[in-house]
Amino acid sequence: MYEFVSLLSKWMLPLMIVMIPLYAIWRKVPVYESFVEGAKEGFPTAVEIIPHLVGMMVAVSIFRDTGAMEFYLQFLRPIASWLHIPEEVLPIGLLRPISGTGSLAFVESVLRTYGPDSFIGKLASTIQASTDTTLYVITVYFGAVGIKRTLYALKVGLWADVAGFLFSWIICSLVFLS
Amino acid sequence: MIHYIWLFMIASGVIAAALQGKIDLVTMAALNGAKEAVAVCIGLISILVFWLGMMRIAKDAGLLEKLAYIMRPVAKALFPTVPTNHPAMGYILSNMSANLFGLGNAATPMGIKAMEELQKLNPDPKTATPAMCTLLALNTSGLTLIPTTIIGIRMKHGSVDPTDIIGPTLIATFCATSFAILLDRYYQRRYRKKS
Repeated sequence: MYEFVSLLSKWMLPLMIVMIPLYAIWRKVPVYESFVEGAKEGFPTAVEIIPHLVGMMVAVSIFRDTGAMEFYLQFLRPIASWLHIPEEVLPIGLLRPISGTGSLAFVESVLRTYGPDSFIGKLASTIQASTDTTLYVITVYFGAVGIKRTLYALKVGLWADVAGFLFSWIICSLVFLS
Repeated sequence: MIHYIWLFMIASGVIAAALQGKIDLVTMAALNGAKEAVAVCIGLISILVFWLGMMRIAKDAGLLEKLAYIMRPVAKALFPTVPTNHPAMGYILSNMSANLFGLGNAATPMGIKAMEELQKLNPDPKTATPAMCTLLALNTSGLTLIPTTIIGIRMKHGSVDPTDIIGPTLIATFCATSFAILLDRYYQRRYRKKS
């Protein structure tokens, strides 16, 4: 199963890159012109995102690097130990929605300390892999089209992250501990 | 809500730094964060330029409409407010498939394109629409078949079985995504009632 899907994933991009223009040529689309026409939008879109992402990542970075996050973790520790969640994975859970590279750094330190094949190592990997960086996705997607009022999107994203964390822990416990 | 979270992170960071007597941590963190953000956007430029070019070819060839046509039962269930033959649907579906197959850097341009098309259906361009929120719910919960990044990192750290987390990850991400969709439905209904 893994071999098949990873093979598919590896071939997918090259196949798309050749099949899309081939099909387009057959449909008599001037492919090169179309490509350039569409590609033109890339640069302004990226530039459009810069202020949104700078605003968000500055806040995340201040929260993370000044020790404020450490402070709030104290309050989560008792809840985690009551649920028998290993406290080493808590920072990963807290950082995952706000900073993808930040939580990845914590995953790496867990893998270094406990080994990738320990329960904590597997749990940390699963938590990191089972969700995306909510704050980043929301900033980039809404920023690109200039949406100011985001309704309930952030709420849904963050609750889904909490759910993802808990599901990872429950499933890893069932699969790797029994 | 985003305003509060933003201010909360900054204010608590400044307080934490002040209490430790290391206030210059704030300035350093702010500058590092800004630098990192710009670096991410610069990295996005090449990806956006390339994939938006590719996507334009796919659109001009009518491939996006085809994809939307094939997948319309799924699309209609998830995005009832978007007309089935609207170009937004094609972009939404390519974004979803790119995510599923772990083509992260192709997924973002497609998602942004989908947002632009959804924005055309939006009566108030400053406020998000429920369809946009559903797209975001799908993207933030990160449904993917193969978590390639983490497998690479597990290999780097000498795991004897780097791929044994695929099963648990798949179940966890599937549960989280389903939860996100249900929650999105719930808030959508509440939002409709209010307005």
